[in-house]
Amino acid sequence: MNFTLKIWRQKDAKSKGGFETFKVQDISPDTSFLEMLDILNNNLIHEGKDPIVFDHDCREGICGMCSLHINGFAHGPDTEITTCQLHMRKFKDGDTITIEPWRSSAFPVIKDLAVDRSAFDKILQAGGFISVNTGGVPDANSILIPKKDADESMDAAACIGCGACVATCKNGSAMLFVAARVSSLAKLPQGRVEGARRAKAMVAKMDELGFGSCTNTRACESQCPKLISISHIARLNREFLKAKFRD
Amino acid sequence: MGNFLTSSSIGKKFVMSISGCFLVLFLLFHLAMNATAIFSPEAYNVICAALGANWYAVAGTAVLALGVFVHFIYALILTFQNWKARGGIKRYAVTKKEDSVNWSSKNMFVLGCIIVIGLVAHLYNFWYNMMFVELLGEHSNSFGLVPTDGAGLIMLHFANIVWVIIYLVWFVALWFHLTHGLWSMMQTIGWNNNIWLRRLKCIANILATIIMLGFAAVVIVYYLKSLGCDFLAA
Repeated sequence: MNFTLKIWRQKDAKSKGGFETFKVQDISPDTSFLEMLDILNNNLIHEGKDPIVFDHDCREGICGMCSLHINGFAHGPDTEITTCQLHMRKFKDGDTITIEPWRSSAFPVIKDLAVDRSAFDKILQAGGFISVNTGGVPDANSILIPKKDADESMDAAACIGCGACVATCKNGSAMLFVAARVSSLAKLPQGRVEGARRAKAMVAKMDELGFGSCTNTRACESQCPKLISISHIARLNREFLKAKFRD
Repeated sequence: MGNFLTSSSIGKKFVMSISGCFLVLFLLFHLAMNATAIFSPEAYNVICAALGANWYAVAGTAVLALGVFVHFIYALILTFQNWKARGGIKRYAVTKKEDSVNWSSKNMFVLGCIIVIGLVAHLYNFWYNMMFVELLGEHSNSFGLVPTDGAGLIMLHFANIVWVIIYLVWFVALWFHLTHGLWSMMQTIGWNNNIWLRRLKCIANILATIIMLGFAAVVIVYYLKSLGCDFLAA
């Protein structure tokens, strides 16, 4: 398969940036999208040109490192997958593919297609944890958790923190990410006790870092590779408002 | 506690929800009042007289104006902050519509602006020629009607096809705004989950449609009356 790639190139966060067009040829339909970019980079290196910078790590859809806005969609035109799980068979031979970095003021471009998502780490550091004393590991059955709660918690914990929700949201809102963290811990007894403090601290940090507010368009949910539901955002709203009205 | 309503993103959205809820309740009251005009212009004028320049009605109008003001100012603030958060004008070269995303949910501010423009025209057409005239102590408005003759004013405006079209466009914008706003309001205050999401969206669509058709009915009935088709008179 042959493709024309329109790729965003940007030297650093302060540079203006713009699109550059590249051609890639003889790509197997079973090549993953990131492998196709590897092939392009290999060609660029052989030509003595600067390779394209993009984020990636596990290439199994679980680390949340890969990003890319491909032909108008975060993680590309397929559903329930990350960019590393996208394959070239999803495109037609001869297609022009436009590749852009995540766009959000809280995710500044580092170079080309790589963006700085450390804002998510800062939000987690503000409250996305439980406070426990170190020591022996308690027996798993010593704290009984209803199956429904455990399932809901696990659904929320599936969030890999890739940032597709922020990239897709017209407001650059991180509510789905924060909601997933708050919800996964709030549904478990170990996390419940710090629920109010957690919701307040994480929302305050989210606001401080310049993320937008949620206007319930549901775009985040539709583009989330792990199908995190906006019902978790409703829970975050409940947790936060209850905590604030109690203060 | 109080400052989270002005400082935090969820707090500001909460204010939008509560003020929006208040405005929806007012719309339902206004709709019930207007529906009277379809069946009995005389009864409608009795209601207009009761809601004239008395202290209760003036205080109610002031609270209502405050509700609209808060809802609109918060919409301006949130829209600007969200525009900044998404990176200003630096957006994607290629964008596509995501599945399950309604057009209205992404255009609430534009729809709100259309509603406000319509509201200004509506206040000029009716409030300015009714309660305001009474507050000034005058006995007739710019059309030569007594200020409590609401039915007369309706007749006068909706005999004009231009006003009919403007009002119908206004109601359609209101319908789009409400279909998203009603369920979004519940989501923002936290009263939603996977089971209730579909139910709330259904309720929002039904309520928005009732409100739109109810208001539109008054406009259409009075336009038809102006053409001589007074089918309710018999």
